Amino acid sequence: MKFSEQFESRFSEMLTHYPTKRSVLVPTLLYVQDEFGYLNDDVIHEIALRLDLTDLEVTNVISYYSMLTRKPRGKFNVQVCTNIACMLRGGEELLDHCEKKLGIGHKGTTSDGMFSLEEVECIGACSWAPAVQVNYDFHENLTAEKMDKVLDGYKTQGTQ
Amino acid sequence: MADLVSHPDEVKVVSKRFGKGATDIDRYLELDGYKAVQKALGMQPDAIVNLVKDSGLRGRGGAGFNTGMKWSFVPKQSAKPKYILCNGDESEPGTCKDRLIFEHDPHAVIEGVVIAGIATGSHTGYIYIRGEYRYLLNIMQKAIKDAYARGFLGKNIFGSGYDFDVYWHGGAGAYEVGEESALMESLEGKRGIPRIRPPFPAVVGLWGGPTVINNAETLASVPHILLGGAEWFAKLGPPKNGGTRLFCLSGHLNRPGVYELPMGYNLKKMIYDVGGGIANGRALKAVVPGGSSCPVLTADEIDVSMDFDSMMKAGTMLGSGGVVIVDETTCMVKFALRIMRFYQHESCGWCIPCREGTDWLKKTLTRFHAGDGVQKDIDNIRYLSDNMLGRTFCPLGDAAAMPTISIVKKFCKEFEDHLDGKPCPFETAGVGEPVLA
Repeated sequence: MKFSEQFESRFSEMLTHYPTKRSVLVPTLLYVQDEFGYLNDDVIHEIALRLDLTDLEVTNVISYYSMLTRKPRGKFNVQVCTNIACMLRGGEELLDHCEKKLGIGHKGTTSDGMFSLEEVECIGACSWAPAVQVNYDFHENLTAEKMDKVLDGYKTQGTQ
Repeated sequence: MADLVSHPDEVKVVSKRFGKGATDIDRYLELDGYKAVQKALGMQPDAIVNLVKDSGLRGRGGAGFNTGMKWSFVPKQSAKPKYILCNGDESEPGTCKDRLIFEHDPHAVIEGVVIAGIATGSHTGYIYIRGEYRYLLNIMQKAIKDAYARGFLGKNIFGSGYDFDVYWHGGAGAYEVGEESALMESLEGKRGIPRIRPPFPAVVGLWGGPTVINNAETLASVPHILLGGAEWFAKLGPPKNGGTRLFCLSGHLNRPGVYELPMGYNLKKMIYDVGGGIANGRALKAVVPGGSSCPVLTADEIDVSMDFDSMMKAGTMLGSGGVVIVDETTCMVKFALRIMRFYQHESCGWCIPCREGTDWLKKTLTRFHAGDGVQKDIDNIRYLSDNMLGRTFCPLGDAAAMPTISIVKKFCKEFEDHLDGKPCPFETAGVGEPVLA
């Protein structure tokens, strides 16, 4: 199991921030997921070993947090918010549009592995609704046309 | 990232450095940065607590508890270390204000954390930022690093002999973690299941030590109180409601955005003047005044002062500052369903009234909105919601029940219009199968 140097230095530093090792778990899982795309059994086992936890204890935490996944996602995870503020400004229509454009539904992944789609709860972009997050990037005040440009941009980026 | 807006009625306190490059520590210093913490270092801890108490600053996360009072509950002597925990797990639907604070003024939050530490005799603070806000976590990491490099954090801060460490912490997606005891569980590397109180965090918190938990906006207000004085801050708003608020205007408005207005600003004015009125010349139907957990107000109930006490009198809450405007074309059954889908998804499942109640309500509302509702469902929705109120360990159960009760009560006619197999009068396409499982 090899993690990046950046991960390792951040991990060592984080361990000094808390009185217990376990406290680094939640942010660490997200950072490690960023490296591997998802949390597989090997990763879970490695993190558990490092933090003196059982694999089950780590899995138990993973299942609670909606951003953590044990299944691979596409290179670009398109997260469409349909909560109240986005719903009122076309969030559901935007989700429909993405489903048609990408040919996948909620938690689906395109066959080329480029995109995943997810309907998500409030992402904190209410005043700039409707909003979408692609991986960690926010895209706001969207329309179907703007969304197409956003997706096309990622597609170009992904094929380069 | 997020667009900034402005309006002549704004009183910029917390937002005064927005758009001015204050993420850069030198720029922050030019804009009176880190003066408040140096002032605090020269004061008696009790004097800081009393100053904040007198300023009328109340918790901006939604509960509205007097901040100075909260600090005063921390025991002076403690065998275990004391902690300051900044709640930046902003996730109440309708709320997007802490995001702007972290984006534009991260050092103000750090300063607020350190001042809270000096006031309560703590030497360690954590700033918890929700996982979706990765770019803000990056900004905060840099801000903390820069503050350490200048000697503003760490050992002997500002040469005062006082030690204070601040650490960042990121979440990974969970609304429930915004609740203070679940937040501590998450920081300790666990599932965000709330703790039973008492003991309250001020006595037994993080790793068993006394812990002050304040919202990011609350802490970002503190340095301004130190410099401007309690009286100045208190007078910005009505009695017992000091200062300003970042109101996140969203929904069917011409000019949605985050505006900083004095506490007690009139809601009607907020909608029609500040927010530019209802989009497309339509009529107003309902307002969610402070995030999705607040009881909704009808168009006839908006001539109210936006402060904690007036909103309570109006039968709702000031909440987290998320003002969602709903126009006449919206189906309130669908709106109630969307809110319930959220709470059902986010319920941690620990307390039965919340876990089962939100699930049953989601199923009932889904069926009802699809046209398969019967008269008895309307009573059942109210009965179920009423029975969730006050019967859970944390306020998530209440948060799901309160808006639902208000919508059924105030928009009962819309529920009746869905009866007898009638299609939703507001649309032909329904909300569809809930996909968030």
